[in-house]
Amino acid sequence: MEALISLIIGVLTTCGIYLTLRGRTFPVVLGLTFLSYAVNLFLLVMGRLTIARPPVITPGMTEYADPLPQALVLTAIVISFAMTAFVIVLSLKAHLELGNDHVDGKHKP
Amino acid sequence: MTLFLVALTPFFGSIFVACVSRLGRLHAAWMAGVVTFIALSCLFPLMLDTFAGHTLVQRLSWIPRLGLDIAFRLDGLGLLFALLILGIGLLIILYARYYLSERDDMGRFYAYLLLFMGSMLGVALSENIIQLLIFWELTSLSSFLLISYWQHRHESRSGARMALAVTGGGGLALLGGFLLLGDIVGSYDLSVILESGDIIRAHPLYLPMLILVLLGAFTKSAQFPFHFWLPNAMAAPTPVSAYLHSATMVKAGVFLLARLFPALSGTPEWFWLVSMTGLTTLLVAAYIAFFKHDLKGLLAYSTISHLGLITLLFGIGTPLAAVAGVFHIINHAIFKASLFMAAGIIDHETGTRDMRRLSGLWNFLPHTTLLAMVAAASMAGVPLFNGFLSKEMFFAETLHDINLPWGWLLPVAATLAGVFAVAYSLRFIHTVFFNGAPVDLPKTPHEPPRWMKVPVEVLVALCLLVGIFPAFTVEAILVVAATGLLQGPLPEHNLAIWHGFNPALLMSVIALVGGVLVYLSRRHLFAVHERLGERLEFKVLYQDLLEGLFKFAKGATHFLDTRSLQRMLFIFILFILMLGTMGFQYGTASLTGDRMLLPIDGVSLLIALILMIAAIGTVILHHQRLVALILLGTVGLGVALIFIKFSAPDLALTQLSVEVVTVVLMLLALYLLPQRSPSESSLFLRSRDWVVAIAAGGGVTMLVWAILTRPYESIADYFITHSVPGGGGTNVVNVILVDFRGYDTLGEITVLALAGLGIYAMLEHLKLSGSSHDSQNRPWDQDMHPLIMASFARLLLPLALLVSIFILLRGHNLPGGGFIAGLITAVALVMQYLANGTTWTQARLPTNMHVVIGSGLLIALMTGLASWIFDHPFLTSTFGHLDWPVIGEFELASAIAFDLGVYLVVVGATLLILVYLGMVHRQSHWAHVRKRIR
Repeated sequence: MEALISLIIGVLTTCGIYLTLRGRTFPVVLGLTFLSYAVNLFLLVMGRLTIARPPVITPGMTEYADPLPQALVLTAIVISFAMTAFVIVLSLKAHLELGNDHVDGKHKP
Repeated sequence: MTLFLVALTPFFGSIFVACVSRLGRLHAAWMAGVVTFIALSCLFPLMLDTFAGHTLVQRLSWIPRLGLDIAFRLDGLGLLFALLILGIGLLIILYARYYLSERDDMGRFYAYLLLFMGSMLGVALSENIIQLLIFWELTSLSSFLLISYWQHRHESRSGARMALAVTGGGGLALLGGFLLLGDIVGSYDLSVILESGDIIRAHPLYLPMLILVLLGAFTKSAQFPFHFWLPNAMAAPTPVSAYLHSATMVKAGVFLLARLFPALSGTPEWFWLVSMTGLTTLLVAAYIAFFKHDLKGLLAYSTISHLGLITLLFGIGTPLAAVAGVFHIINHAIFKASLFMAAGIIDHETGTRDMRRLSGLWNFLPHTTLLAMVAAASMAGVPLFNGFLSKEMFFAETLHDINLPWGWLLPVAATLAGVFAVAYSLRFIHTVFFNGAPVDLPKTPHEPPRWMKVPVEVLVALCLLVGIFPAFTVEAILVVAATGLLQGPLPEHNLAIWHGFNPALLMSVIALVGGVLVYLSRRHLFAVHERLGERLEFKVLYQDLLEGLFKFAKGATHFLDTRSLQRMLFIFILFILMLGTMGFQYGTASLTGDRMLLPIDGVSLLIALILMIAAIGTVILHHQRLVALILLGTVGLGVALIFIKFSAPDLALTQLSVEVVTVVLMLLALYLLPQRSPSESSLFLRSRDWVVAIAAGGGVTMLVWAILTRPYESIADYFITHSVPGGGGTNVVNVILVDFRGYDTLGEITVLALAGLGIYAMLEHLKLSGSSHDSQNRPWDQDMHPLIMASFARLLLPLALLVSIFILLRGHNLPGGGFIAGLITAVALVMQYLANGTTWTQARLPTNMHVVIGSGLLIALMTGLASWIFDHPFLTSTFGHLDWPVIGEFELASAIAFDLGVYLVVVGATLLILVYLGMVHRQSHWAHVRKRIR
């Protein structure tokens, strides 16, 4: 399972980086979203993989998944949504003001 | 706590004055005067004690663990400075009221002035040296504001910047010095430091500490070679110059020397560093002052020279020299303030300060002439004026080491500086007020308003009174201040005017005669000086340094900024990749650790495959934006499933709802953006990007693998064991969010709120119309709100709201909480906008989202503040259990209120973003709606 999750995070990172290197704003926003998926998963698995032991205190249970990375990731998800929203609106605004959606604000010949 | 009042009144007064100035121009002046008067009257009752020889220390606990207190002390030295600061401050306030013109903003001026006054008082009265440093830096900052008061003038801005750069840099050195000093002594309290002189002087770190402290003092007091900022600070309005450069700002440096005199002086290092700096400054500045054509420039260099004199006196290090130093601080403050004010009157009345244009003002301003003559005579050290007394003491002190090999150097240099002091004083008077009739003045001068001259008259009267009757006027305060400085008994001194024929008198006579001779031969000397040019000015060096710095920054930016985001991002990622690769080089451990691994099951493998295929598909099909977006949604859902698998139900719920909102958001944006991305990268570029991306992904995979196969230590146990007894909730993740780390969450919802408002600001005036066709050139459906979808959305709303309330309430104990509940509510409401249209929804939900966000933040903040009422730290939570009829036992935690705040912010921000984005297009139709939702 560890190998699988490592692979998933790697694939998400690869896709994220490739898309952020594109020249138009929309793929870049997609790429940033991919990167935040990858980072969120990365943060979560820092608490190692635990199956069927959610950190909700239950009588009789002694082992739980690490709650700290989860708390970090929860706010990170919300914040990355805010960031995505901001970037996409920014790209809309740029598209309107510059007449094109290139990341440098101009058409390359 | 009266001392606190004295030091802090000007700060409060500053805010008050700024507010009052809206009522009228002169209110600010009056109020500034009243504030200063209040501070003075708080000081008066404490004076008797100080005169009786007591040191008053008042303290409040600040950071007890570090042994830091906020403490103020009042001894003789502090009292003298406080009186100078407040007394001369009062006169300056009166003077400035007439000096400032209609166009100047009085409120701003007086607010800055009081800010500065408070900072200076803080420096003079601090007991704790860290606190002293804070006030010290405040004087740098507030003087920056004062010097740049006329912001539209270039020389004001550059002069202020130079002053800030030099004194601020010195402040940094001083911080280092103080930290070392506190480390040597083991306390930051002045009372302790002043009694530990022997320990300090014997310590191996004495020299570095001394150099750092002296750097602070010398930059502030404009000592050579840091003197160049002071003449450039003359771009300030004259009342500011009169205040900063006579009694306050520049005196802070010599105050520090005086303050730490018992602790630091008495070593050869102190003697050489301080006295040589003082001597050089004294001579160089006196020389330059004579050649300045600007009235204020002359006064500025004369100030530097006198500060050098005081520094030299402290450097000589005998108790009597220190007494003379304090005496000269008093005298210089009095005559220099009055001279600056006189220069201001001349500038005000004639429109110029250039001594090559000014002459013969005696006929127009006889009264001012008289006042300036007295003050200038005092500056020159003419008998019967106050400057003479301290200068005579100074001359006498330079003679101590006359029998040493180079002992004659000091008195000769002192006399030479005296010669130039007489010469420039004479120039100030003779050139400006006499020397023929004026030619070509910008304005015809008249005597200034009556009250503008009163401050000058008061100071000039003091010059005379101190000069003629020193024993009745200045003796008392001098004795108490010098006692405070030395922290011990005073040496024998005699403030008489006539000491008989002695070498000091001879030096005075030489200085007077020599000064007159130098002035008479000025034409010749000016010619010589012209040839020497500006080479003596360190300002040029500073400017070269500054220009070099800017040039370097500009060059570096041009070098790094390739004007292409793609290229820069590529370099950035490549660099990170290299760093990561280098990291793998270290160590010999194998990539795989020895932790027990989990087996792979079929379902997980399937989901992982779907996720990875969707991710790669997104990249391959990213030119077709809509398809890419749908695939991205798939990836997001896959991530949510991973969260569920690995025991993170809260994250899964959050991810699920965020995914919905994100996709809706991107759909809305996509409608207004081009539907396709053109293929414009060459094959080479694409392959290059693929290589880098795969390398980075591979690196991340290896990193995660290496980490996951190794055991680890976690602080999780603390949260798990304390969650129920400490936070009153069984859902540990939620308890961490709203309780243990509630402060972080408060920050995060603030960021969310800001993002929402930022987006609102960007969309405010945006008008876009989307295309009417999709990427395959098929027209969009005309049916905006399909009936089935609209009906279902309406039916779902109450259910969704119910679920979200349930999730919110149970969040403390079971997966859920404010973030998730907020997102669910937002999704449910956005569904209404999508299915039924903005007009329909808005008519039924006329809520201002700014209010929702604001009240959410307020509730979260108030929950935190409420714990202060019960004397607990910010955001301490409390909980109890209620037995509700029918429902059963119900837990009530203050954290729920906090979670409610989170909920409201999430709902408000999400809706604000989505709804506003939805309304950007065809905005004119919905103009009336837009007004309401805001």
